[in-house]
Amino acid sequence: MNAPESKTPPAEPVLGRPHRRSMLGWLSVGLGTLATAAAGAPILGYLLSPILRTPKNEWAEIGPVDDFPEGETRLVDFVDPLHRPWDGEAKNLAAYVRRNAEGEFTVFSVNCTHLGCPVSWFPQSGLFLCPCHGGVYYENGEHASGPPPRALYTIESRVQDGKLAIRAGRLPTLQAPG
Amino acid sequence: MRSIVQNVFEWLDHRLAIRSAIWPIVTHPVPRGLGWFYVFGSATLTLFIVQLITGVCLAVVYVPSAADAYTSLEYLNNEQPLGWLLRAVHYWSASGMVVMIALHMTRVFLMGAFKYPRELTWLLGVVLLLCTLGLAFTGQVLRWDQDAYWGLGVGVAMAGRVPVVGPSIVHILLGGPNIGGETLSRFFGLHVFVLPGVLIAALAPHLYLVVRQGISARPKPGQPVDPATYQAEYDAELKAGEPFFPKDVSRDAIFSALTVLVVFGLAVAFGPKGPNGHPDPTIVQAEPRPDWEFLPLFAILALSPPEMETALMLVMPVVGIAILILLPFISGKGERSPRRRPISVLIVLIFFVTYGVLGYLGNVAPWSPQMDAWSGEPVPVAMIKGLSPQELQGAAVFQNKTCRNCHALDGTGGRRGPDLTFVADRLSNGELIRQVLQGGGNMPAYGKQLGPAEVEALVAFLETLHKAHEPPVGTDDAVKATNDTAAFKPR
Repeated sequence: MNAPESKTPPAEPVLGRPHRRSMLGWLSVGLGTLATAAAGAPILGYLLSPILRTPKNEWAEIGPVDDFPEGETRLVDFVDPLHRPWDGEAKNLAAYVRRNAEGEFTVFSVNCTHLGCPVSWFPQSGLFLCPCHGGVYYENGEHASGPPPRALYTIESRVQDGKLAIRAGRLPTLQAPG
Repeated sequence: MRSIVQNVFEWLDHRLAIRSAIWPIVTHPVPRGLGWFYVFGSATLTLFIVQLITGVCLAVVYVPSAADAYTSLEYLNNEQPLGWLLRAVHYWSASGMVVMIALHMTRVFLMGAFKYPRELTWLLGVVLLLCTLGLAFTGQVLRWDQDAYWGLGVGVAMAGRVPVVGPSIVHILLGGPNIGGETLSRFFGLHVFVLPGVLIAALAPHLYLVVRQGISARPKPGQPVDPATYQAEYDAELKAGEPFFPKDVSRDAIFSALTVLVVFGLAVAFGPKGPNGHPDPTIVQAEPRPDWEFLPLFAILALSPPEMETALMLVMPVVGIAILILLPFISGKGERSPRRRPISVLIVLIFFVTYGVLGYLGNVAPWSPQMDAWSGEPVPVAMIKGLSPQELQGAAVFQNKTCRNCHALDGTGGRRGPDLTFVADRLSNGELIRQVLQGGGNMPAYGKQLGPAEVEALVAFLETLHKAHEPPVGTDDAVKATNDTAAFKPR
C-alpha cells in the first residue's frame, strides 16, 4: 500500500530545513559507524591476538639421555620455550619422562586430562595420582580410574646427539592436546 | 559563621537544586513496616564501597606482574604498614559481599519483589551478581600463588571443553599459549577495570529503579500482583507510608555499620588469605583448592558422572543464568507472599542445602587421594600384632604400593576408596585377589604392578582385617576367628 507513496519524490523542503536535517542525520550515523569501526577493529585485534597469532610448540632441551634409566619415569623441569620475559616462576614447566625397558621415550604432560591439575608419579605403585578429583593413570599414561576422560597428554620428543628434547609450551586441553 | 555556612549551602543549592531535586528523593515515601529484611541490598553496596577503597589502596602497592606479584603480596603481608589488614579486609569484605548479595536476592525472590513492575531491577541485579562472582574468581587469580596458578588451569580446562571454539577461548583467557605474565595482566585488567566498571554501570540504573518504582511493600497473602491494578494499590500504600529518611535509612545504616564491623573483626581475627605456595608449575605436589564460594562447583566436578560432566559444566551455568533472567517474565504476576508460593520456598531451601552440602564435601574432598598417607600414616600397631611373616609382608606391600593413599585403616589414610579396617568381613579371599589384580569400582588394576608373591602376601594381610569373634567371609572356621589374636579391635 505504501509502495507508490515511497516512490514519489519528497516534498519540496520548506526553507531547506528537513532536507538538511536528514543529511546531517545520515552523516552522523555514517561517520559514527566509520569511526567506531576504525577505533574498534584494532582494539578487537589487540584483545584477540592470542588466537590470531597462536605460537606453535617449540623444542626445549631436557638433558642427556643417560640421565634417564630404562624402565623408570622421572619428573623434569624445563624453561617454557614460549615464555615471556616477565613470567617469573611461571616460566618453568614440568613434565614426566618415561623411558621404557626397550629404551624408548614417552613424555607426559603433568596436567591431568580431567581439569588440568598436576598429577603426581608414584613409582612404588606405578601410578599417576591427581590431587584434585582423584584421577589415576597407569605408568604408560592410560586412564586407570576416576573422572579423566582420556589418557595423559603426551609431548612430542626427540633424541639428538645423545640429548633429549621435547616440543612444548602450550597448555594442553581436551580439544587441543598437542 | 552561620551565615557563611548558610551562604555556601545556598550557593550549592542554587547550582545543584538540593532542596527541590535531591531532598525529595531522600525523603520519598516508602510503604510502612518494611522491617529488617530490607537491609541486605544496602549492605552489599556498603561492602562494595569498602572493596573499591581497599582495592585502590592495594593496587598502589601490589605489582600485577607474574614475576613480582607473589613478592609484593608477601611485602603487603609482612612489611607494608597495615598491608596485612587491608588485604584481610578486602578478602573478608569480598566474602561478605557474596553473602549479602545472596541474602538480598533470596529476600527479593521469597517476597516476590521481582514481579511487576520491578522486572528490570531484578535483571540488573542478575548482572550485579555475575559481576560479584566474576570479581571473586578474578580476585583469587591476583593472589598469584599455587591455588591461583592451578585454579586458572582448572578454569581454562573447563572453558577448553566448549565445542569448536574451546581452544580459542582458552588462549584468549590466558592471553597466550600457557599460564604466564599475560594471564595475570588480563585478570588484573578484568578485576580492577572491566568488572567494577560493568558493576557500577549496572548499579546506577539498579538504584535509579529502586527510587523510580519504589520499594515493594511487605507481601500479604491473598494480594496478588495484577498489572492492571498494581500501581493504584501501591500508590495507596505510599499515601499511608512514611518518608525513607530518617527511619528506614537508619535501619540500612545500622545494619551496614554492623556488617562492616563484623568484616573488620574477621579481618583482624583471621588475617589475609594467602598467598599459599609459590606459583611454580614445577612443584607438582600442589593440591589446589578454590575459595569457599566455588567449593560446591569443585565438588560437582568430582561427583558428576564422567559422561554427563562436560554437559553439566557447560550447560548448568547457562541454564542457571537463563532461569534468573527469565524468572520475572515467567512469574511476573500473581501472589507475592512466600506463604502462597510453597515451590519458591522449596527452591530456596533446596538451593541452600545443596550449596551447603556440596560446599562441605568440597572442603573435605573425600574423593582426593591423601598423597602422603603411604609414607605418613603407619599401619596401626594393633593391626599387625601377632601376624605371620607373610601377613606382615602384606602390610608392607599395602603401604609401599600406596594403597593407603586411597584406603583408610582405622580411620586414617585416604578416603577415595572404602575404609579397609574390616574388609575381610565383606570380601572373600577370591574376591580380594580379583579386586587387587583387576581393580574396578573406581580402583586401578594392580595386576601389572604386583608380583604373585606380593599379591598373596597382600591378600593374606587383608584377610586378617575382620571383626573379633567373626570369621572372615568365605571361611567356616569360626574357631579360628574366636581364637584369632590378630583380629583388630578399633579404637
